[in-house]
Amino acid sequence: MKTILKLTTFTVALFMFSCMENKGKEYATAEEIPVNREMQAELTSPPNVPRPVGKRKAKKLIVNMEILEQESEITNGVSYVYWTFGGTVPGSFIRTRVGDEVEFTLSNHPDNKLPHNIDLHAVNGPGGGAESSFVAPGYEKTFSFKTLNPGLYVYHCATAPVGMHIANGMYGLILVEPEGGLPPVDKEYYIMQGDFYTKGKNGERGLQPFDMQKAIDEDADYVVFNGSVDALTGDNALTAKVGETIRLYVGNGGPNLVSSFHVIGEIFDKVHVEGGDMINENVQTTLIPAGGAAIVEFKVDVPGSFILVDHSIFRAFNKGALGMLNVEGEERKKIYSGEIREGIYLPEGPTIQAMPTTDEIVESEIPAKNLEEQLKFGKQAYNQTCVACHQAEGQGIANAFPPLAKSDYLNADVNRSIDIVLHGLSGEITVNGDTYNSVMTKQMLSPDEIANVLTYVYNSWDNSGAVVTKEMVLKVKNQK
Amino acid sequence: MKFQAISIVFVLLVFQTVLFAQSDGMVFIEGSRYLPLYGRDSTVVEVKDFLMDQYPVTNADYEKFVKDNPKWRKSKVIKLFADDSYLNNWKNDLELKHSERADSPVTFVSWFAAKAYCDCQDKRLPTVDEWEYVGMADETTKDARSKKAYNEQILAWYEAPRSNENSIGQTPKNAYGVYDLHGLVWEWTQDFNSVMITGESRKDKDLDNNLFCGSAAVNATDLMNYAAFMRYAVRGSLKAKYAMKNLGFRCVKDSAIDQ
Repeated sequence: MKTILKLTTFTVALFMFSCMENKGKEYATAEEIPVNREMQAELTSPPNVPRPVGKRKAKKLIVNMEILEQESEITNGVSYVYWTFGGTVPGSFIRTRVGDEVEFTLSNHPDNKLPHNIDLHAVNGPGGGAESSFVAPGYEKTFSFKTLNPGLYVYHCATAPVGMHIANGMYGLILVEPEGGLPPVDKEYYIMQGDFYTKGKNGERGLQPFDMQKAIDEDADYVVFNGSVDALTGDNALTAKVGETIRLYVGNGGPNLVSSFHVIGEIFDKVHVEGGDMINENVQTTLIPAGGAAIVEFKVDVPGSFILVDHSIFRAFNKGALGMLNVEGEERKKIYSGEIREGIYLPEGPTIQAMPTTDEIVESEIPAKNLEEQLKFGKQAYNQTCVACHQAEGQGIANAFPPLAKSDYLNADVNRSIDIVLHGLSGEITVNGDTYNSVMTKQMLSPDEIANVLTYVYNSWDNSGAVVTKEMVLKVKNQK
Repeated sequence: MKFQAISIVFVLLVFQTVLFAQSDGMVFIEGSRYLPLYGRDSTVVEVKDFLMDQYPVTNADYEKFVKDNPKWRKSKVIKLFADDSYLNNWKNDLELKHSERADSPVTFVSWFAAKAYCDCQDKRLPTVDEWEYVGMADETTKDARSKKAYNEQILAWYEAPRSNENSIGQTPKNAYGVYDLHGLVWEWTQDFNSVMITGESRKDKDLDNNLFCGSAAVNATDLMNYAAFMRYAVRGSLKAKYAMKNLGFRCVKDSAIDQ
């Protein structure tokens, strides 16, 4: 006891000396930190995080989390029954500080089919809370724990079959900030990778059930950030301004795959390796284990779109592990003069790249019945296959990927367009007065899908309104 | 001669039906020995002949039961035997809410209540082993566990929301002639808590004969166990006074022939 007191006096003195405004008392162990009053924890859905703890004292922190089993879209036209903590994948973000006493109530919605529980990696105790929180549908369980170790931790469901509960989306992050909080930054976001296993292959329409065999084989159909393919793209892209410092809390729920987290066009100034105390600087790609996390920080120096990927790159462009950070502000030519895009990954395009063993491509499972359906399916195919290069409004990317919107090249010849989708195109072309010299690979789409996607393109963005049928596609295909 | 032989077979068949289906709404289950899904290191379980309710107990059945047995009415029930969720979908002591159907399975009933219901009819709740034994059947085979479609169908149900609101008898009849073991609601069993599940399923593999070995070291042949794991997880999460929206029951009876 005496030594502890001595130590305390010493550290306090040291603290006063180094930082006069900090009046906080130091404790030998986190266990001794007293709590002061009760506080309802703010929980947020991804990609948002609750307010930083700042200089607040340790408190009794009340966390109420609800488990919901619910259906939603994993990608355009494909839905999945997710099991969630708080209605989202990943689950709500929990923010605490060292010394907090967390009173955790886990409620299992009466409509749910299954019992669940929670294992928080931030807990020192058997099962990380799993045993005390095992709860039947329509019931709730409360347990409490004291946060002893600062860091970023994964939580997940640990009810049998454990792998299935995690595979269906039951994971999230809990942050334990050190005394005084993490240093302030301009923007903070919450991202979590997960792999999904569906009965149908990637992109197959309709409600897709979980496929246990594929999960066991670790043969993922989707690898995504924040639960679905478009959770961080288009309107859902993360945003920032030039000059801001961004902190990303990145977790990996698994169940199987390890993430090679990378932001195309950025270097992480700091990485809290594996979410712990060790800080590495100037990192290009950081490894995030399944059931692990990392805190990455970087300053955005120039405007543009920065692409977040799992650099196991087929997952990014073929399975969905791709997000976007849009940075606005003044160009800074000194730092970067050209176009903001790492072209090296993109020529492959986001469609499944496979060497067909025959010329035949499997038919799309449900042919469109009318023009309206053709447009709907076409849009889905566009969003899965074309959008990464030709962009959401068909605007393309200057000097790299030609526009499809109001495109003279496109509208001039329908059969040529069919041919390009069927067989790819390389070499110089002129579109709307600009020259492009790039490569588009042949796309693994069935004749039905090609007809749909081209009809969608021709009927969007002031194009000619041409309708492409399967027969037209087959005619071009059979000419060769 | 041939005609005569056929008619004898026919008569025998009729006789058998009469003999075995003596309790109304129950079907005869011929007992046997089998290896339960959780595979206790090749411990074979023996199930004796018994009779099982063809359908789960419905709201209408239960309405009649509470009419005759006031102590099981919502307002009268002893809290030790049924918690506050008991008959949560009832308007009052004797009537269901308008949104509920008479021919849906009764849910929001505790184990004590289910047991009392069966007792009243000279029946009892099935044991886990009996329930799982009949639950192995699909439409054509008594042990369909190795069939891919059987397992997929069950797992698909575990993902389908609000199936407790469906009417009984809509799922395909299984090889014994029993309906709705899968596809409607979970069902109480007499010894639902006999398998030790602590809530920490990863630890349980040491506890109870590899019950959860599948969650740690699974190979393809264990795939069929997943549906069973989920049922055992549900049973493990229950207490006898719980009353859940997705949990109903049916009764069984020892076979008269057997005695």
